[in-house]
Amino acid sequence: MSEATPIEVALGSVSLKVLTAGEGPPLLALHDEMGYPGWMSWQAELSRARSLHMPLAPGFGQAPRLEWLSCVRDLACVYARLLRARGAPPVDALGFSFGGWVLAEMLANDPGLFRRLVLVAPLGIKPPEGVILDAFELTHRAHLEATVRDPAATPEFDRLYGGKPTPEQIEAFDDARAESARLAWQPYMHNPALPHLLEGLGAQVPTLIVHGDDDRVVPRSAMLAYRDALGGAELATLPRCGHRPEIESKERFVALVRDFLN
Amino acid sequence: MHFMWFTERAYHYMPDEDPEKYRVYENEVIRKRSFFATPNDLFEPEVASKLLNQYLDEKIYTDAELLNFDGVMLNEHHGNPFCLGAVMDVEAAALAKTTKRVKIVLLGNPVTTVGNPLRLGEELAMIDLISGGRLVTGWVRGAGSEQLANNANPAHNREMLEEGIDFIVESWTRPGPFRYEGKHFHFRHVNPWVKPLQRPHPPFWMPGLVSPDTADYCARRRYPYIALATKLRPTTELWDFYAKAAAREGYQAGPENFGFMQPVMVADTQERAEELGKRILFGGAFAHFARPEWMFPSGYNSKAATRRLAQADFGPNATNKPLYGEGGEKTDAEIEGVKKIIYDSYPELQRDMVMIAGTPDNVIPRLNKVLDVLKPGIFSFWLDGPVPHKDRMRCLELLNRDVIPAMREHGRKLGLDDPFTRTPGGRALNGRPHEPVADLDALKAMGF
Repeated sequence: MSEATPIEVALGSVSLKVLTAGEGPPLLALHDEMGYPGWMSWQAELSRARSLHMPLAPGFGQAPRLEWLSCVRDLACVYARLLRARGAPPVDALGFSFGGWVLAEMLANDPGLFRRLVLVAPLGIKPPEGVILDAFELTHRAHLEATVRDPAATPEFDRLYGGKPTPEQIEAFDDARAESARLAWQPYMHNPALPHLLEGLGAQVPTLIVHGDDDRVVPRSAMLAYRDALGGAELATLPRCGHRPEIESKERFVALVRDFLN
Repeated sequence: MHFMWFTERAYHYMPDEDPEKYRVYENEVIRKRSFFATPNDLFEPEVASKLLNQYLDEKIYTDAELLNFDGVMLNEHHGNPFCLGAVMDVEAAALAKTTKRVKIVLLGNPVTTVGNPLRLGEELAMIDLISGGRLVTGWVRGAGSEQLANNANPAHNREMLEEGIDFIVESWTRPGPFRYEGKHFHFRHVNPWVKPLQRPHPPFWMPGLVSPDTADYCARRRYPYIALATKLRPTTELWDFYAKAAAREGYQAGPENFGFMQPVMVADTQERAEELGKRILFGGAFAHFARPEWMFPSGYNSKAATRRLAQADFGPNATNKPLYGEGGEKTDAEIEGVKKIIYDSYPELQRDMVMIAGTPDNVIPRLNKVLDVLKPGIFSFWLDGPVPHKDRMRCLELLNRDVIPAMREHGRKLGLDDPFTRTPGGRALNGRPHEPVADLDALKAMGF
């Protein structure tokens, strides 16, 4: 597959824009807090044998806001409704950073939605040691650069974000960050209830947590806290990798996800 | 006209008295490209205590002795040595009791960062009561950095500001007790037992840096808009924008709808005035108030403003451009190089009238030209930079003795009514389109 097809899904008064690609068992994928940046090579790989469904989060630069969304759990409920409306559960799902947090909220609400879950450097739990990088004190450029271990050594990063950003890109980043602020300004990028609500759910829904060993956005302690809260999860740590394993270490990332989901 | 005195109440060392601390502090600001986030281990309480009292004494002096001043203006900033007035209402309370005559003009209270509009309304009501009804209360969104310093969500800033203002008015004017459930604020028992002396409430003014969103809001609400030392041409454009919005509301905007704040330094000799006026550039001046990522956190700006910034990459005021890229100087020599660029911009600053410095005879014609162009009913003098107290006091005396009387007379000839003599929004439209509110021919004649 070389690109995704956008479709509009109506859920009552809510309209969601969902990118779809490939054929096969469905795989839900949720993008991170910077919004969807465009077609990436991991999508091409995974959509060879799966039908990939990637909702564009409302208000994150690519789809209109839902004015009444006020917290991450609200967004999780919208996506759960999407799955139910499509008659899809239980499905496999993959979430990146903020998108991982949304999946965890969906899991806490209704474990029956999922067969297997992959959480890539998920936000959502307060790290017992260290802190989640405060993106709101950074320019979008500095924030983006902090997500990878070495921007210069990450060709896909350059392809997605390199060069002088266009005004449209700046506006889209600003939209995504503003919506992140609306949903997760305080407590910052976590839900204190989440570890309690996830208790023991790892036994019901096998979960893989993927984390780079040089992640400057979310500390390893938060990954361990996820694993402990779930009462067991696989934790894969990728060497020489930051917060974006899917573009920094794509081949290993794709192999891990394939192995786990198969 | 209404003439006011304003200063940011900056934290300072004087270069003649404490050259080493002066240098260390300025270098720290320049290294960071920002007054905001200067580490507060540089703060010396004894220095701040002396400065804050001097700043208050100036205002008390204008009230009691310098009778040509009509008002004193305060603002507030947080986490920033640029302004020691972190809680403006505390200073306003002190002035409410120690002055007798001048209006106490707050430009303005940052409703969103205060976070509790019921409490804010009570503070303001007490200031109005103690001052005998001399409060003019303004409202601001607060700079982006204030949102960070107060953990106020920038994405809710404008909504919270507008809801907060409406709630404060309601708390002052609607008989209590009542319950309030808004979008951002909730109060189960609203029944403040302090309400303002002025009825229905003190006048509202709003300051800004030529933000069309704020000007549009002010025009709709008939609040005077005070431009904070912005350059003349963009200010005239904003006046026109306001006047168009006013016409849509069915009224003709006039001088009573507009105020302007102008940096000035007046001394007995031209040389001394220009030397001290140059000090407004200390640390890079307002261009270094806070770095762009702190000035414009995500969600703080409207979509339209974000689009403008995405095209332009900087904010207005002072030198009107980012001074020197990203910074990153390591050595003192490199810092000195940056300082040279900053201070070498002084002639440009003077040419653009961003700072007007001189003897009274020298500054009066130039200040009157500002009146010719902008026709504001409200005018505030602004003096900042590390200028010794005695020179600041002398500046006040000269403004009072020579400058204000001349400007007042000039303003009288131009028909510059202030909001106390003519109600903003009370001027009828003489057919459409609205009449011009700024004089572009006068602007052209100045070479702009």
